[in-house]
Amino acid sequence: MAGRKLRGIKVPHKKNTADKGPKRMPVPPMVCVPMSMHIGAPAKPIVKAGDEVKVGQLIAEAGGFVSSPIHSGVSGKVKKVEDILLSSGQKAPAVFIETDGEQAISEDIAPPEVHDFKSFIEAVRQSGVVGLGGAGFPTSVKLNVADTSKIEAIVINGAECEPYITSDTRTMIDEAQSVADGIELLKKYLNAKNIIIGIEKNKPDCIKNFNKMFKGDESVRVAALPSVYPQGAEKVLIYNTTGKIVPEGKLPIDVGVIVINCTTLAAIEKYIRTGLPLYEKCITVDGSAVKNPENIIVPIGTAVKDVFEFCGGFSKEPKKVLYGGPMMGIAVPDLDQPVLKNTNALLAFSEGEAQLPKESPCIKCGRCIASCPLKLSPVDIETAYKLSCPEDLEALKLNLCMECGCCSYVCPANRHLVQTNKLGKAMLRSYQALKKAAKEEEK
Amino acid sequence: MSQMIVSVSPHFKDKTSTQSIMRDVLIALFPALVAAYLIFGWRSLLVTAVCVVSCVGSEWLYEKLMGKPNTISDLSAAVTGVLLAYNLPVGIPLWQAVIGSLVAIIVVKQLFGGLGQNFANPAITARIVMLLAFSGTMTTWVFPDAVSSATTLSILKGEGSGSLPALKDMFLGLRGGSLGETSALALLIGGAYLLIRRVISWHTPVAFVGTVFILTLLLGKQPEYQLMSGGLLLGAFFMATDYSSTPSTNSGRLIFGIGCGLITVLIRVWGNYPEGVSFSILLMNILTPYISKLTRPRPLGGAKI
Ligand code: SF4
Ligand code: SF4
Repeated sequence: MAGRKLRGIKVPHKKNTADKGPKRMPVPPMVCVPMSMHIGAPAKPIVKAGDEVKVGQLIAEAGGFVSSPIHSGVSGKVKKVEDILLSSGQKAPAVFIETDGEQAISEDIAPPEVHDFKSFIEAVRQSGVVGLGGAGFPTSVKLNVADTSKIEAIVINGAECEPYITSDTRTMIDEAQSVADGIELLKKYLNAKNIIIGIEKNKPDCIKNFNKMFKGDESVRVAALPSVYPQGAEKVLIYNTTGKIVPEGKLPIDVGVIVINCTTLAAIEKYIRTGLPLYEKCITVDGSAVKNPENIIVPIGTAVKDVFEFCGGFSKEPKKVLYGGPMMGIAVPDLDQPVLKNTNALLAFSEGEAQLPKESPCIKCGRCIASCPLKLSPVDIETAYKLSCPEDLEALKLNLCMECGCCSYVCPANRHLVQTNKLGKAMLRSYQALKKAAKEEEK
Repeated sequence: MSQMIVSVSPHFKDKTSTQSIMRDVLIALFPALVAAYLIFGWRSLLVTAVCVVSCVGSEWLYEKLMGKPNTISDLSAAVTGVLLAYNLPVGIPLWQAVIGSLVAIIVVKQLFGGLGQNFANPAITARIVMLLAFSGTMTTWVFPDAVSSATTLSILKGEGSGSLPALKDMFLGLRGGSLGETSALALLIGGAYLLIRRVISWHTPVAFVGTVFILTLLLGKQPEYQLMSGGLLLGAFFMATDYSSTPSTNSGRLIFGIGCGLITVLIRVWGNYPEGVSFSILLMNILTPYISKLTRPRPLGGAKI
């Protein structure tokens, strides 16, 4: 197995809510369910204003192969279907549902027929499950491998390396059986013979519990990983558990590995067992501006402000609100934004933490290079970007950057390295497109 | 509801800043100042103060005149001032110290674009310029009482007359030399502090000092004296570790340190000058961009192009 682990950085854990089992929040008066909560084509709404919907009812079909269906998390009446602007900057239609508070379960709910690989993948697709660790990639597409004999290892991601977030921890505690049964499903239908559950050492109970559950099972092993950020990043986790390197432009499956988040797996298992699709999420609500940090279960589409209100409101004026953790989370522009499928935390920060220190000149200290898990050289990337040298960006392998934020976090000059990398990637994309076009012209 | 701040991740920041790093360097330099005072008297404090004030003042003035943002609060100019002072004989005329400071800050640092942009170490370059311009006063050493009147390096070279001080005195710093370079004890305390605070990595000092030790051992040149003579420890811990003029990778730092050690020994043993630390660092500064490029880590999974 991997001898040397990839480097990363120590960040404060702040797992304040690890001991807090999820509370269920009462349904809000209105939910807004966007059609774009995953990577790929937006889902196509199949309901219209005035339609009655129930919990678990399909309200939108997958809009293509790389896409995912969407189900209602509430019972009530569709008010309107209208475009909204998401935090990602993307515009997408959203279904607004006025809730009736009954939470009547749809009559359509029934466990799916699953007997082989094909029907398993179909069930995953119908469950509406996407990468819940944050990526939001449709899980059915990820698991739909052409040849299951190519799978050498499946890694269950329970690292949860971002500060504050404990929703995966809660899954591993409260739904341990679901995760374990999900692993059995992977064994059965994906023919998996080597399953590794990767958990950071700051969650010793989870490690102990899974070790006990799979005692004597040769095919499942728990990897206790150092609590180093970004342990849970796909490429880092793969390297640190299997020793494999995912080459540039390739997917984990190309090296025989699949990574699946523990909460994602539990959601799939739940659907196959009960027929209840993904329509609600357990999220961590925390941050310096939140009165009562909690883990709570909310219907997808619940407005961010309703969630905070349930947690006792704000103790200080919030200046920055995040979907996800402080290292990779996305800043929410306004509190009317909804909870998405892949939202695992909502964090609110007051003035002090919201404002980052000002940029100053790079002092060439090399800390960014030393911190990058993928061994990139952020300081050189920044220079190449400023000089508008896409050739250099290409040679520096900017495309590998996973925007984990280690470099920016450690930079004493507060350089906006992740931001520069994002801009650099755009520069590199247009350069590579031009290069490709020129090559084609030659032919 | 007020407008939320929207910015690109990460939304967390490590507390280390340019200023906190420079503050740590100043703290690490402090024991050597105490030693300088005990060994050479109050004038060592005066020379240090003059260098710091001229460095900080000239940075402030230059930035003001050029309409550039004021950066004296990052403390890097103060560090340059202290380092320059430590490289001067305690008897240096004050006006010469001021000129050295101006060279360091204006010519070597600011004209190359300011902090982080200078390819050469400002204090070292200024010292070398002063050595050429004021060679008389720059080599007029003051000796603590009861210590022979030749520097250990010239004695080691067989040029100076007199006998070597006891090793214990060398360690404490009771020898002739620049005002901040003589006390091995004080410099080691400061160096250890920098290592503990992770301001510097061990690679450069270990490679630098180690190379000098091994080479002088092989050449039979009394390595134990070599290590504590001249500006080796000051250079290895405080100047060959300057960020902007040395490689930013650890393997690069090893190469840099070895190169410095090699050149230092070459000059000490065969060169015209008794001391080679400054020249070795400056020469390696010039090679830094190449070393950095050569030792840049290979991205994980990067395809060849
Ligand atoms: S960490 Fe920041 S200051 Fe240091 S080299 Fe990288 S970009 Fe420059
Ligand atoms: S360069 Fe990219 S991958 Fe490397 S530390 Fe920075 S954000 Fe992470």
